[in-house]
Amino acid sequence: MATCLADAFFDDVARATVEVLEHLGCEVAFPEDQTCCGQPAFNSGDWPAARRVGRHCLKVFARADPVVVPSGSCARMVGHGALLLFEGERDLPAVAALAGRTWELADYIVRGLGVARWPGRLAARLAFHRSCHSRGTQFGQSALALLRSIEGAEVVELGEAEQCCGFGGTFSVGFPHVSRAMGDLKIDRVLEAAPDALVSADSSCLMHMAGLAEKEKRPLRTMHLAQVLRDALRGKAHA
Amino acid sequence: MSHPPSGDLPQDPRRERIDQFAAGQSESRRSAVRLGSKAGHDKRTETLARDYADPDGLRALAGAIKQHTLDHLDEYLERAEERLRAHGAVVHFATDAEQARAIVLDILQRREARKVVKAKSMATEEVELGPFLEGKGIECLETDLGEFIVQIDADHPSHIVKPIIHKNRREIARSFETHNLGAYDDTPEVITRRARVFLRRKYLEADAAITGANFISAESGRLVLVTNEGNSRFCLAATSCHVALVGIEKLVPRDRDLGVFLNLLARSATGQSLSVYTELLTGPRASSQPDGPEEMHVIFLDNGRSEILGGDCREILRCIRCGACLNVCPVYRQASGHAYRGVYSGPVGAVLTPLLAGGKPDAFLGFADLPRASSLCGACNEVCPVDIPIPDLLLRLRDRGKRAGASSPALAPPTMKRFAQLASRPWAWRRALATGRLLGLVPAPLRPRALRLWGQNHALPPWRGGAFRKWMAARAQPPKAEAGAKA
Repeated sequence: MATCLADAFFDDVARATVEVLEHLGCEVAFPEDQTCCGQPAFNSGDWPAARRVGRHCLKVFARADPVVVPSGSCARMVGHGALLLFEGERDLPAVAALAGRTWELADYIVRGLGVARWPGRLAARLAFHRSCHSRGTQFGQSALALLRSIEGAEVVELGEAEQCCGFGGTFSVGFPHVSRAMGDLKIDRVLEAAPDALVSADSSCLMHMAGLAEKEKRPLRTMHLAQVLRDALRGKAHA
Repeated sequence: MSHPPSGDLPQDPRRERIDQFAAGQSESRRSAVRLGSKAGHDKRTETLARDYADPDGLRALAGAIKQHTLDHLDEYLERAEERLRAHGAVVHFATDAEQARAIVLDILQRREARKVVKAKSMATEEVELGPFLEGKGIECLETDLGEFIVQIDADHPSHIVKPIIHKNRREIARSFETHNLGAYDDTPEVITRRARVFLRRKYLEADAAITGANFISAESGRLVLVTNEGNSRFCLAATSCHVALVGIEKLVPRDRDLGVFLNLLARSATGQSLSVYTELLTGPRASSQPDGPEEMHVIFLDNGRSEILGGDCREILRCIRCGACLNVCPVYRQASGHAYRGVYSGPVGAVLTPLLAGGKPDAFLGFADLPRASSLCGACNEVCPVDIPIPDLLLRLRDRGKRAGASSPALAPPTMKRFAQLASRPWAWRRALATGRLLGLVPAPLRPRALRLWGQNHALPPWRGGAFRKWMAARAQPPKAEAGAKA
């Protein structure tokens, strides 16, 4: 599952995901009919619209196992949100089955495939943004374990790590002031840590923070976890 | 339900009300709330981690005990009532706020009480008891220092545990001066001493005391009051009648369960191992006891709780009013409690306020924006001592709001419908991705509304619609293996 954000903006994240999985010996198929997991409508409270998109997603990935997605947010939508969305609906068993075979990328690598050390080398100081959809899951620990295992990479701590970046999908549209204040606070903490790049397993958080930083002319470099893993395989230097 | 100041704010239809309130706050108020709530959260986290190897395990246990109690609430209420009566307390049931107020008034009038001292209680806030009694000519004085300051300022509490989190000591010193409590002096010790001198006199003058309850054990009928100032003890020391207004969800099954909840409550609320005063009350003064109220009334308050119990957000009734979800919430930190237009604020308020109003459909719609005031980050669930899945409840209320016809500034009604049409038709989706390449060339006012609003604060990344699909298609297609991983 490439995600709608990668489809529209972050093609390199999707490419990196394919290359990382192929490096691990996986055969990667991309069902052409995929669109979105339905989360934008779900979070906005338009559940009939979200179910419509969710049913399409079910159909597209009906035979796929496992489904791997380079986004904690989409993984949680398929793995948790959809179960709420389809409560009491006829297709709940199919939804639960898809939830059971869908993995966030880092989690798939670490817990699914049992890879504890990431090969390759990347000389870079990295700050990891634990995106909110990793709460209550192993996503964040899996991603951190991978990052820390990369030779040459240094992972720096972020202050107020439990605080959200303020994206929240349509939240950032309806609550522009609060969302921006949250994002600015996060960027403050990142810049204090002075990393070469801010890394996250979620393109949405990165798009929000990079978008704010660019508009405010603050130097913030962001990378998706998949890009970091791919670059490490290529032995790139980032310092 | 009373409406703090944000109710009067002029409305901008393009932005949520809470966002407008947050943007309009003074810098001093914003930083008082942000720093106060951050300090509370940091202390909580430190204390729990220091004292417990597995705080999450304890939270799960507490959540399970509370959920069990709610699932058998009728039985536990009956048992608590029976135990309380056996101890000599009078037990009442109030179905709504009006009835709760009437019961209290009746008790006080029968005893010809003119002066009442009151300990901090969210249930009494919820039914607006203080202003009601004042209107009936009964002086009703708040004795919790924060609530006392709120009362003399004719303000509203902005936090469940720290009602004056939005004020600084200079404001309080000015207010004391205005109310003849001494010339301006903003030394915290001086402010506290002045309040103490004033309140001590009031305790001795009072005819009756009103409190809430943090817990009632169904097994023993013990009523538990937790304070840091000891004010509830003073309230009960010199008065002859004690009235406790208690939400029906405050029960725990057994005395020993209090070990779990008292340990979690203080740590979650203020980062203390235990609150300074924990009172366990079992009925009015016994003949063998030298003092204490000769009459004790416990009023169990429903006020919409039974209806919540029968719905799909019942987990919110586990809440023990610790305020940890407010402290950690990034939206609360920016917006402050008054933004939520109700007695309960922050994440718990965003769930509870619309639900408590929910008996009347129009009232629910009036608060349908509250559940949207969240990035759904889930920090509230992570700190909740009774493990309430607050984000899930917010989502359910968003769905309910949309179905009830609530509109939201971020999304004109057709937006998600159009999105769903696109996202359930692969060919339309692919075409939109391809034509979206032109997005950067289209004049800004013609772009979709949400993107335009978003673009006011953000630089948009370059449009790369369909680029990944082309790259995938250009590669040699691997044979479709049964066990292939799909990305």
